[in-house]
Amino acid sequence: MTVSQTSFGSREPVLEITDLTVKYRGDTRSTTAVDRVSFSIGTGEIFGLAGESGCGKSTIANAIMRLLRDPAEIAGGSIRFGGQDVLAMGPEQLRRFRWQDVAMVFQSAMNSLNPVMTIGDQIVDIFTTHAGYTRKESLRRAAGLLELVRIDPARLKSYPHQLSGGMRQRAVIAMAVALKPSLLILDEPTTALDVVVQQEIMAQIKELQRELGFSVLFITHDMSLMVELSHRMAVMYGGRIVETARAKDIHAAPLHPYTQALMGAFPPLTGPRMPLTGLADGVKFSNIADLEEASPGHFVSPLPALQGAQP
Amino acid sequence: MSTPVSARPATAALKTQDRTIDAAPALEVEGLVKDFHSGGLFSRAAVRALGGVDLAIRKGEIVALVGESGSGKSTLARCIARLEKPTAGRILLNGTDVLKRDRFQASREYRSQLQMVFQDPFGSLNPVHRIEHFLTRSLTLHGKAGTPAQLRTRLDELMTTVGLTPDMLNSYPHELSGGQRQRVAIARALAVEPEVILADEPTSMLDVSVRIGILNLMRQLRDEQGISMLYITHDLASARYLADRIAVMFAGELVEEGESLDLLANPAHPYTRLLVSAVPDPARTGSYDPHERAALRAAVMESASCAFDGDPEQRCSATEPVRHRVGDPANEHWVRCHLYRPPATAASHALSAEPLESAERPDTPPTDESRTENKASS
Repeated sequence: MTVSQTSFGSREPVLEITDLTVKYRGDTRSTTAVDRVSFSIGTGEIFGLAGESGCGKSTIANAIMRLLRDPAEIAGGSIRFGGQDVLAMGPEQLRRFRWQDVAMVFQSAMNSLNPVMTIGDQIVDIFTTHAGYTRKESLRRAAGLLELVRIDPARLKSYPHQLSGGMRQRAVIAMAVALKPSLLILDEPTTALDVVVQQEIMAQIKELQRELGFSVLFITHDMSLMVELSHRMAVMYGGRIVETARAKDIHAAPLHPYTQALMGAFPPLTGPRMPLTGLADGVKFSNIADLEEASPGHFVSPLPALQGAQP
Repeated sequence: MSTPVSARPATAALKTQDRTIDAAPALEVEGLVKDFHSGGLFSRAAVRALGGVDLAIRKGEIVALVGESGSGKSTLARCIARLEKPTAGRILLNGTDVLKRDRFQASREYRSQLQMVFQDPFGSLNPVHRIEHFLTRSLTLHGKAGTPAQLRTRLDELMTTVGLTPDMLNSYPHELSGGQRQRVAIARALAVEPEVILADEPTSMLDVSVRIGILNLMRQLRDEQGISMLYITHDLASARYLADRIAVMFAGELVEEGESLDLLANPAHPYTRLLVSAVPDPARTGSYDPHERAALRAAVMESASCAFDGDPEQRCSATEPVRHRVGDPANEHWVRCHLYRPPATAASHALSAEPLESAERPDTPPTDESRTENKASS
């Protein structure tokens, strides 16, 4: 059973993560990459996860897909998807869960296409493997998919190297939504692309989302892009969420100093030139406390003590 | 030959109060052309990466060079840094034609006047040496080390200038964060007391929260030491934040240049408008207009009209890159005549130079979007 049909339209959260903890085990010590993180994503909601490299945001995405391999280990917490416990799924259940219920687009997704297979064959593969359609029916659907992301269906016969970076990325997005998943995870989907192409791809994702009604977990470090696209967002630092609220609220009034630093990293394009201050090199936050509600729907970790601040 | 170090803070204090940009250019590039040989050994085919670039940077001024990947911004920087040999054109540093003076490679004198800061602070510092080594080496090579005591003072001073503590001189690069490493790279450039610094995407590999710190440092160096900079970036917002003037590059040629705020508020060239409209902006409601986007793309490649057509003072030309003045002359804002089309080869070569990211640039003959959009609009 796929959850996409049953849960659509309800107010139930599609994805519920509670106190998720992921550790990377080493010989002598282990590192906690994700530390007691909780959030939920509603149906048709775009949820943004912001943070810098190493903050654990991609680890969360991989944990949801159950893609973590040794030495990473889910040390605690739960991931529930449409009422099912993802962490308790068996291999067969998991195979269906991936791609059919949750699909993921990676940062370098455009390079993840198989260079010796045509785009068409790769999409047909998805349909024949996961949905059991005939080859003819799969090809027809593949053409429809490419049209959905505004690529000429004639390109089904093209090899990946014959397409531009932007087209490849859109083809990958088309493949991700092929089986109408109810959750799409986008891990920095446009970092390698120029702004013009980036904007068009993000618009495309938003349009697809409106059309197909799936939920999105959107991971990036670009706060401007995130605020523009997401409904709700969370900011991560050192494996913990330091602030979560509606995207517009965080943009208007970031409360945590780290969120403020991230916001300040993107100077505005209009208005007078205001001096901004980022986070000083070497500033570290530690012992990030649990979130507290600052105003309705706006949760923030109480202000931590600054350590290692430079003179 | 070098200015005594102690004299610097005094002049710095004067300059911060009311920063006046010296009218004389520190660095001038005239008609710079760079062709890359392509094809086999006997092939005469060439790719034109730069098609005659004219750019001037005055003393104590930061000019940002923006454009998409493959537009030739880094090639221009590499030519100016003499890492590539330009095919034609002149590079003037304080009025001296450096291509004539040092014909084959950059002289040490040139290196002490112009320094580069690279994109990747992880790759530009040798991991087996301590920070002290990089700075000492620069100072010694350029004869600025002096006595051991002077060297020590100079090292401490350099570290403080870039916002690091002198005790970090004993650290290895891997012990520092990306932002700190980029500061070391800047300190190394500063060690030779250059007049011009070329910064090629200095913040794009750093964590976002420390980027603004590096930009502030560059601004501080301009204000306090009067160093001129060419800041190469694809990020319009940071260019606006840091630079006095912005020059927009497309297919190896400049299409528009002007005072930063004015240029981004009133972009005149369709390519600049395209770039500005694509910058993520949280304040914007809704998405871009696909028809407008298609029109802009068409205008970049094959403009049928120019906004200055009919203005008797500003002649239009489809064959020469005529510069039209935009708005108040104080802003020094000009735009290349829209009618001018870069030689088709130049544009398409600029694409093939970096097929991966840039193949789908606005100038590709009808991309699939514009095609669908055209269909929709017709």
